[in-house]
Formats: sequence, structure tokens, C-alpha cells
Amino acid sequence: MSTPADVISLPARAPRSTFWSSLRRAQFPLIPTLILGVITFVAIFANQLAPHNPEVGSLVARFRPPFWMAKGSTEYLLGTDQLGRDVLSRLIFGARISLVVGFTAVIFAGVIGTALGIISGYLGSWADQVIMRITDTWLALPALTFAIFLAAIVGPSMWNIVIILGLTYWTRYARVIRGEVLSLKERDFVKLAIVAGCSKWTIMRRHLLPNVINTAVVLGSLMLGVVIIAEASLSFLGVGVPPPEPAWGLMLSDGKQGLMVGYWWLTVFPGCCIMLMVLSANLIGDWLRVKLDPQLRQL
Amino acid sequence: MKRYILRRAGYCALSLFLLSLTIFFFVRVTGDPATLLVEPGASRADIAAIHHQFGLDRPLLVQYWLFMVNLFHGDFGQSFYYQVPVLQLYLSRLPNSLLLAAVAMGLSLLIGIPSGILASVHVGRFWDSFGKVFSLLGLSLPSFWVGLVLILVFSVYLGWLPSSGAGTPLHLIMPAFALGWYFAASHMRLTRSSMLEVLGSEYIKLARLKGLPQSLVIAKHAFKNALIPVLTLAGINLVIMVNVAVVVETVFAWPGIGRLLYEGIAFRDFPVVQGVVLMGGAMIVVVNLLVDILYAVIDPRIRLEK
Repeated sequence: MSTPADVISLPARAPRSTFWSSLRRAQFPLIPTLILGVITFVAIFANQLAPHNPEVGSLVARFRPPFWMAKGSTEYLLGTDQLGRDVLSRLIFGARISLVVGFTAVIFAGVIGTALGIISGYLGSWADQVIMRITDTWLALPALTFAIFLAAIVGPSMWNIVIILGLTYWTRYARVIRGEVLSLKERDFVKLAIVAGCSKWTIMRRHLLPNVINTAVVLGSLMLGVVIIAEASLSFLGVGVPPPEPAWGLMLSDGKQGLMVGYWWLTVFPGCCIMLMVLSANLIGDWLRVKLDPQLRQL
Repeated sequence: MKRYILRRAGYCALSLFLLSLTIFFFVRVTGDPATLLVEPGASRADIAAIHHQFGLDRPLLVQYWLFMVNLFHGDFGQSFYYQVPVLQLYLSRLPNSLLLAAVAMGLSLLIGIPSGILASVHVGRFWDSFGKVFSLLGLSLPSFWVGLVLILVFSVYLGWLPSSGAGTPLHLIMPAFALGWYFAASHMRLTRSSMLEVLGSEYIKLARLKGLPQSLVIAKHAFKNALIPVLTLAGINLVIMVNVAVVVETVFAWPGIGRLLYEGIAFRDFPVVQGVVLMGGAMIVVVNLLVDILYAVIDPRIRLEK
């Protein structure tokens, strides 16, 4: 039997709970958050941080290697590309493009998918049938091929890419959110809202939406990596962000020209940036999934 | 059973219909295909003539009807650039794509299944964490970048493998690895979770109670049953691989369907782009139908549910 004294003395024996230890206990992905934070910071202050203009190069300084190599100079820390543009500056401005495209496309897809998921799940009957058949068809399309197809017909521009990626990747939200709504709408608070005379629109907006928003956020964080890779792939194929803008995928495509003669920095650096960003997004997404929504652990 | 298959087939037909509608709609609405056919600055009369020649001056519904009738006759149109029927072009590239996908699939299973089993047997220990890191890397590295780095290391620095083209088995290694990489991660994840599910079941407990050695329990009793979902996924993934190989095929100049799509985009060759996307979507819809039917045959619970 525990005496009151034992109980009282417990907190004193427990290790002092600091901010850091509570983070560690929650298995908070600190490093990924820092990486994403740094990328965001760099993207916001790109104008101040970039040492050179990312779109204008000097042809006398083509294919300079990074500064630690034999012919490198500290003027171009990470070397220059085939037009003599500074790789570091292009990476810095490229972070801006990746972040803007990634986040807006994920949000755009999320808005479409969540809205359709709620409508489909709550209204049921023919609306559900129609929306789910469309979702199935969309899911059947190989997403990347479809995005390439759309990008090829509407022409390259950053905002076109955002719209295309949004139109391509909303299906997963719709499916998952519909499932959530199907179980939510049987709950008492929804039934009470119906009894109280709320309109369907009010119920969907005020009662269902706040309950599925967590799921949408988790899905969004997991989609971020997918969308960033898709953007890079489109840019790499020449149907994404148009040159001379410094998108990472575009830099990889340019880097192909120097690949066979061993200008590795044009391929390695942009790829590492994509990898770091996607890896961080995935780790944070995994953590959010476990934290916010145990039901989603299977995804 | 019959009703189940009929309903599935109905959904499949509906999906194919929506697919054709979507693709037709996007191509026609987002731009005039005729402007892609003529030189910039062509006269109005030229454009009108092309409109008439391709039937673009007819009502949209009639155009769609003709489009569908042609599709059912196996006519996907004529490639602007190569001046041959799209279907012929597609079929001439398909074997290359299938070969690449098959080898990539083999590689991904060879990596994914053993690592998945290792992870499931050592849950929470080193091999499990190793597997987690591996699958995270698989999902986070763009396949085309893996391809570029492979070229850099094995073609440029070591000079062991050819960087592009096709013909010899050596040409296959790098593209297959770049393509299989991502799928290896997803096969590993599924093998792990499927193994864990089987390992928790009653008959595994029985096998252990009988005193069978661990290796026999894993290899004979657990592995065989855990393999079913993995092989299903692999079947679906094989079709997906054929259709998502665009970027990898472009990197390695592999003459498959993906490369055809890329060329179609580069040369503004619309019938080709449209044909490749249509065929890709149709393939996936049909494979999904086959999987559904196969599952219904195997598992009565599926065909009996509403």
C-alpha cells in the first residue's frame, strides 16, 4: 500500500521536466523541423542572402567548381552552371519556388479533396456515387503521367503547376475524409444539430469540417514530399517551372549537360536540397500522423 | 459472384468512359490542336483547312463520338512527328517498357521482401530501424536523381556501365535500379506489416507450440501467407511502373513508353501524348478490375458483401 508520503514525494524524484525533455519524450522531430525552418528562412530572405543574381550569369565564369576544389573560388561557393550562374544563389531562390509550389499545391488539393470528401460522405446517395466514381477514375490515372499531360497542354508556368498538382493529388484527401465523415455523421452531436434545425450546409461547415481538419493537415504534411518531387519531375522534363527561373528540378535538367564530363556539383547539390526537404517533410508528417490521429497510422 | 463481377466490370467501364471524356475534354478545351500543327503565323485559311481536315469544325459532341468510334477500332490517330499510327508507335515501344519494369520489379522484390522479413522478425531492433531509414530514403529520393547520381558514379567516374541507350543487359542495370528503388521501399513496408499480421495469428502460435524451429516457422508458415498481399501489390505496381517511368526513361534515354511520352511533349505531338495517357489509364483500370475479380474468386467474404 502506498502511503500519502510516497505519493507526495513522487514529483521530487521524477527528473525535472524541461522544454527539451518534453520534446524528446514526444519524439518531436527536431532536426527535420530545423531543416525545414532553415529552408523557409532562406526562401523568405533569398534577396538578402543570395550572393549573386540567380538568373544572370557571366559567360567567362562557366562551369566553375565549388570553392574547395582546384579551380574554385570563394566568389562562387558552390560553383557555377553552364551559363555561369551562381549555383548557391540559384539553390537559395529555388527553395522559394519549391516551398511556394509545394505548400500552395498541397493546400489547393486539400481544399478540393476535403470539400468533396465532406459532401460525398455527408450527403450520401447520388452525390456520393458521382463523387466517388470520379475519385476512382482519377485514382486510376497514373498521377505523374496525368500531371505531365496536363502541364504539356496548358503550358509551363509556376501557377499552372500549382493548379495541375492540386487537380492531380486531391483524391487521397477525398477518400480518407469521406471515410471519417461517414462515421462522424452517426455521432450524437450531428444528430442534435439536425434536430436543432441546422441546414446541411451549416452542419458540414460548422460541425463536420472542424472535426476532419486534423486529418486533412496530417494528409497534407505527408503529401508535401510527394508534391515537391512531382514539381521537380515536371520541371526536369521541361513542362514545369519555365527557365530561367531557378527551380531545383530545372537545375537538375540543366546539370545533365555537365554530367558526362563530371561537373557533379550541378547534379548533386540540387538533388540534396530536394532530398533534405522531402525527407524533413516526411518525418514531420509521420510524427504528426502518430500525434494527431492514431487512426491514420495504417496509411 | 456473377453479380459482383458484373458490377465491378460496370464500374470499370464507367471509369474508362470518364477517362476518355477527361482526356478529350482537356485536349480540346485548353487549346486549339490546329495551332500546333501549323507554322506560327499561318493564315486563317490554312487553319480553317486543317480544322476541316481533322473534323475540328464539327460540334464537340460529334467530335467526341468520332473519337470514341475510332478508339474502338484501335485508331488512336496519327503521330504528327513520326507520321505513323500512334498505336503502332506505342506497341513498338511497349516491350522495352515491360522489360525495364520487369527487371526493376525483380530488383525491388529482391530488396524489399528480405528486408521486410528481417524488419518484422526483429521489430523495434536494429534491422527494423534500418528498414525504416531505408524505406524513408526510398520514398524521399526522386528516382530521376538516383538515376543521375548512378550515371555520375558508374558511368562517369568508374566507367563500368553505359550511361544511356538500350541493347545489352548492362544498359538495364542502372535504369532498373533507379526505377525499382522507390518500389522496393513500398514492398518492404507491406512485407513487414503483412508478416507482423501473420506472425500474430493462431496457427503461428500453434507451429511454435509444436516446437518448430524459428527458421521453419518464418520460412514455411509465415512467409508463404504473408506473400499474398505483397505479390498483389507487385502486380499492380508493375503496371504503374510502366507508366511512371517517364522521368527515369528520359534520364537514361531508354526507348520505352515514358520516353515516347517525353518526345510527344517535346515535339508537341498531341495524338502521341493523348494515346500514351489513355493507354496508361486504361491499363491501370483493367488491372484493378482483374485484381478485384481475383480476390473475389479467392475470398468469398469479398464477393458476398454488399
